[in-house]
Amino acid sequence: MLEIKKITISYQDCPTVKDFSMSLKKGEIASLVGESGSGKTTVIRAVLGLLAGGGKVTKGDILFEGQSLLQNTPDQWRRLRGTDISMIFQDSGAMLNPIRRIGDGFVEYIRTHEKMSKADAWKKGVEMLERMRLPGGDHIMRSWPFQLSGGMRQRVGIAMAMTFQPKLLLADEPTSALDVTTQAQIVRQMMELRDEYGTSIIVVTHNLGVAAYMSDWLVFMKDGEISDSGDRDAILNGNRSTYTKKLLDAIPSLGGRRYV
Amino acid sequence: MFDEKDMILEARHVTRRFPASGGRELTACQDINLKFYRGKTLGLIGESGCGKSTFMRFLVRLDRPTEGEILFKGKDLTKLKGEELRQTRQYIQMVFQDPAGSFNPKMRVRDIICEPLLNFGRIKASEKEAVARRYLEAVELPGEFSDRFPHNMSGGQRQRIAIARAIALEPELIIMDEATCALDVSVQKSMIELVVKLQKEKKIAIGFIAHDLGLIQAFAHQIAVMYLGSIVEVLPGEDVEQARHPYTRALLGAVFDTKMDFTKKIKSIDSEIPSPLDVPPGCPFQTRCGHCMDVCRQTRPVLKEWKPGHEVACHMFGKEEEKP
Repeated sequence: MLEIKKITISYQDCPTVKDFSMSLKKGEIASLVGESGSGKTTVIRAVLGLLAGGGKVTKGDILFEGQSLLQNTPDQWRRLRGTDISMIFQDSGAMLNPIRRIGDGFVEYIRTHEKMSKADAWKKGVEMLERMRLPGGDHIMRSWPFQLSGGMRQRVGIAMAMTFQPKLLLADEPTSALDVTTQAQIVRQMMELRDEYGTSIIVVTHNLGVAAYMSDWLVFMKDGEISDSGDRDAILNGNRSTYTKKLLDAIPSLGGRRYV
Repeated sequence: MFDEKDMILEARHVTRRFPASGGRELTACQDINLKFYRGKTLGLIGESGCGKSTFMRFLVRLDRPTEGEILFKGKDLTKLKGEELRQTRQYIQMVFQDPAGSFNPKMRVRDIICEPLLNFGRIKASEKEAVARRYLEAVELPGEFSDRFPHNMSGGQRQRIAIARAIALEPELIIMDEATCALDVSVQKSMIELVVKLQKEKKIAIGFIAHDLGLIQAFAHQIAVMYLGSIVEVLPGEDVEQARHPYTRALLGAVFDTKMDFTKKIKSIDSEIPSPLDVPPGCPFQTRCGHCMDVCRQTRPVLKEWKPGHEVACHMFGKEEEKP
């Protein structure tokens, strides 16, 4: 469904991501893991054509359902983003307009992509919020972003991203700003999305535990290149590169190594 | 398991209330009793907003509790003033979550590390370079770093400088407020190894704030779990999997690691943490607890000993012989 073929992404002629390839089928979850600055976010921003600061894909190609994304006109992008491919950001609070109520933003978003009356769009918004286990959707639609907790805002972000049942969901560190209990809720909900709608998901995270729990495929990145990739069991049990081993070894785990 | 002779700091019935709008009060810490021992680590964990940082700030006297006392070497920290307070500060140091924010950006590393020593007249200005190099070495950084500015370093290196500054005065207690949560896992691991090594060498007591149970159990001698301003469970670090309190169990259920069983359904509490402005009477955890009984809505459970070194504040658990 999604195929990334040997892409090189450069910012101001300086290649940041080199020779990156991966492919994803319907209903699969892949995780990009690696340390800060290894280029994880750059890759998924490239898939959505949202590279910041003059970044460009200089080599290779990205195919989404057989179509190359790189030659898209702004109009084609507009039709694709938010409907077929959508994205969840690290802090959905920053994505929501702070001086407008949740509902206003939500209704506008729905009406941009689909012809619908305001009342119907509102109803659809409420329905999506309640599906994300946010009780009292109507109340949340009338709230301001600052009145919601981080976990609730993140769920609003996911509810918005899932409104048009995208075929591909990109999640950029969706849980790293959250508490562990909230993180568990969000992880569970994202996996339910896959089971319910068959959405393919790419998660960028530096939490290897979350990545291992959610994904079918793991891609390790280091300095802009893939250092290791494969399916979960092969990565976790197999004899992998030293960098992968070093990262896996560094995760504190329950009942694992104690330093004292 | 801990020798009472080694106790260096004791918090007794510490409560902190903040005034809130509409004449209401926000209780950030309620009746907290904790003990810190020489050479041991106390890990304090809980969700954001549960009051763990508020409590630790009392120990470095960045704030004062409304009620209760904090005894350090027989003196009540909350009542100290003036020169006596200044002198006591050198025994208790702090490492913050974001080291970049706790350094003066215009000071070189050498000046950052030596400033506390100069303030207390421990060294002369001419010794600065040599002393800075010695401490850089102690935190496993090259000596040339003494000439750098904080912005020339990575997050992990900056955190090492913060640790160097904290140990410079040879303190007896260091408070670390989520000192590793902004770092990558591999850097986090080396940081923990460094902290443990320094602790063993210098017999420092550490108060470590975290929200990751997997991380804290790797190096804490005792773990205190905090929920909405109250300590709900205190247990030895190695027994974390024998935790009893439903909240600690929920935290355990929410830990992801690569050695877990991936087919296991994640069990996690669905609801949100209630606002600390309207904490319900009775048990603070009642609104999210699966075992909530009538007594939980009326009486607030207190910490009771379950096993030596393991205390639980829950109506379901009392002494070991009363095990249900």
